[in-house]
Amino acid sequence: MFARGLKRKCVGHEEDVEGALAGLKTVSSYSLQRQSLLDMSLVKLQLCHMLVEPNLCRSVLIANTVRQIQEEMTQDGTWRAVAPQAAERAPLDRLVSTEILCRAAWGQEGAHPAPGLGDGHTQGPVSDLCPVTSAQAPRHPQSSAWEMDGPRENRGSFHKSLDQIFETLETKNPSCMEELFSDVDSPYYDLDTVLTGMMGGARSGPCEGLEGLAPATPAPSSSCKSDLGELDHVVEILVET
Amino acid sequence: MFPKLSLRSMFHGAGGGNDIQWCFSQVKGAVDDDVAEADIISTVEFNHSGELLATGDKGGRVVIFQQEQENKIQSHSRGEYNVYSTFQSHEPEFDYLKSLEIEEKINKIRWLPQKNAAQFLLSTNDKTIKLWKISERDKRPEGYNLKEEDGRYRDPTTVTTLRVPVFRPMDLMVEASPRRIFANAHTYHINSISINSDYETYLSADDLRINLWHLEITDRSFNIVDIKPANMEELTEVITAAEFHPNSCNTFVYSSSKGTIRLCDMRASALCDRHSKLFEEPEDPSNRSFFSEIISSISDVKFSHSGRYMMTRDYLSVKIWDLNMENRPVETYQVHEYLRSKLCSLYENDCIFDKFECCWNGSDSVVMTGSYNNFFRMFDRNTKRDITLEASRENNKPRTVLKPRKVCASGKRKKDEISVDSLDFNKKILHTAWHPKENIIAVATTNNLYIFQDKVN
Repeated sequence: MFARGLKRKCVGHEEDVEGALAGLKTVSSYSLQRQSLLDMSLVKLQLCHMLVEPNLCRSVLIANTVRQIQEEMTQDGTWRAVAPQAAERAPLDRLVSTEILCRAAWGQEGAHPAPGLGDGHTQGPVSDLCPVTSAQAPRHPQSSAWEMDGPRENRGSFHKSLDQIFETLETKNPSCMEELFSDVDSPYYDLDTVLTGMMGGARSGPCEGLEGLAPATPAPSSSCKSDLGELDHVVEILVET
Repeated sequence: MFPKLSLRSMFHGAGGGNDIQWCFSQVKGAVDDDVAEADIISTVEFNHSGELLATGDKGGRVVIFQQEQENKIQSHSRGEYNVYSTFQSHEPEFDYLKSLEIEEKINKIRWLPQKNAAQFLLSTNDKTIKLWKISERDKRPEGYNLKEEDGRYRDPTTVTTLRVPVFRPMDLMVEASPRRIFANAHTYHINSISINSDYETYLSADDLRINLWHLEITDRSFNIVDIKPANMEELTEVITAAEFHPNSCNTFVYSSSKGTIRLCDMRASALCDRHSKLFEEPEDPSNRSFFSEIISSISDVKFSHSGRYMMTRDYLSVKIWDLNMENRPVETYQVHEYLRSKLCSLYENDCIFDKFECCWNGSDSVVMTGSYNNFFRMFDRNTKRDITLEASRENNKPRTVLKPRKVCASGKRKKDEISVDSLDFNKKILHTAWHPKENIIAVATTNNLYIFQDKVN
């Protein structure tokens, strides 16, 4: 269960090129790990619905974790194509090296403090995103978020699919959140409807964007890998050791 | 006059209240490793005198043990606990609206103080609370005029004389009967029940609401706390535990998944959504991570017997709060700090969501809580010493003193230490209880109940 922690060099002390590269590796490792944590959390939220009755406390804690990660990624501006690649390539057992994630988040990237996580803050970034996505969401039920053509489109589509998830968690469609934290008056929906939040309460097929997140499903097109550069290849080697 | 300090305890720092040496006493439950799901112990509770010890399990059963009285005079050891009564408290149900099963698992048992010959306890699953009466019968009437001994009616024409039935001794029979059923008041899962010091009312808490009941009235309860947001999408915090103050019948506390405790006064208003006091420790920025909130979630809250303090358990620590000081706990004890660097893995395997309970000893000088690998920990508030012990069948002989255990966090592992990576995270001690008057503790592993007591010389 416990794999070795990733080795980490302090970015500030290295001066040569190798040091700079090491620093970049550290940053990317952190991003990868964070992405894996996000993916795992989303899978856990899905699994919640398959039990006897979801444990509300656990669901809330996981949802809050997802929000935290999303907030931090928004602050970093790191909604990038790294995400789907990581999802495809990082099985859950890879996440186990924990030191990076268990330390203060801002310590990794060089001093920007995490935002306050009171409810007021939480709502902010997400509600900004929602108006954008709610228009988009119904429009592309078939296009997989993970069909990659280029980085720019990746950003948009990943952005979109994550917001589909947050849409269910946060806003717009009250019935979807109701499903996640179900009330006695609300009928039970199957999990795909809840998490896609695409159809207003009607049962729908699985959302392909979310399928891409679940590590159990086979990787989408192998073309995903080729887009990323040498840096990530190096990181990949590091992570796999 | 002089405290008895054995050389052994000075060397090994066997803490736990005036150098108590804990000995194995008994273990209850199946021996084999194959754990039947229904046998998983889900709650443990001594009654007010300590004579009775109740356990609830995942199969909805309650088993009550009674302490034998005979050995007290001899004082070789305190009396053993033997099975007194077993009954099926809750059955699985089906919620047709949601198409979901309602588990029969007993979440909590709370004893009422004894008022007459019978004993009463409250047991609850996720949705329904039941008041059980446990009574003894050791006599039965014999000599009815119209009935035979086996219950058949006699032919009235054969009755020629009249007699008065008399009570004759019989083998002791312990009967449990449900006296009240408090149902349909909770939408979410009940996590706590707590009997008020007035002994007439009690509260039940689920994830979002707390209800106040009268023990006599089952068709009505009063909602006293409701944290359900109008918009469920805004839900970020749930209630994790609640308890009435032991002396002050208008005061109760409830803890949350964000690590806060709210103390409420029922005299202030009917709906106690506004707390009288809010207990929260500011976060340590150097320890901040994505898991900070999860590990700050409080899994148990218990008032001290005196009522002056309360104890909270979060994932890594136990905190003692003075009710007069809201901004930080007065004492903090690390239960298994070596897990801090493993939080990611513990999140992955869901162990990070384990809800450990905690308890006080009778004099409020020592607190106890469970950990992994069937370890449990005690913290002596006076000497500031702590001890780690293991509940294992290996120390099976009665009056065998338990050897303190130590977990090696990093670096070279000393002899007799166990490394963090070797810990068995499936062996968790979530439920422990301390006898209200004596140094007898009940520790529940997954499906076994261990009873330990201090060494009596």
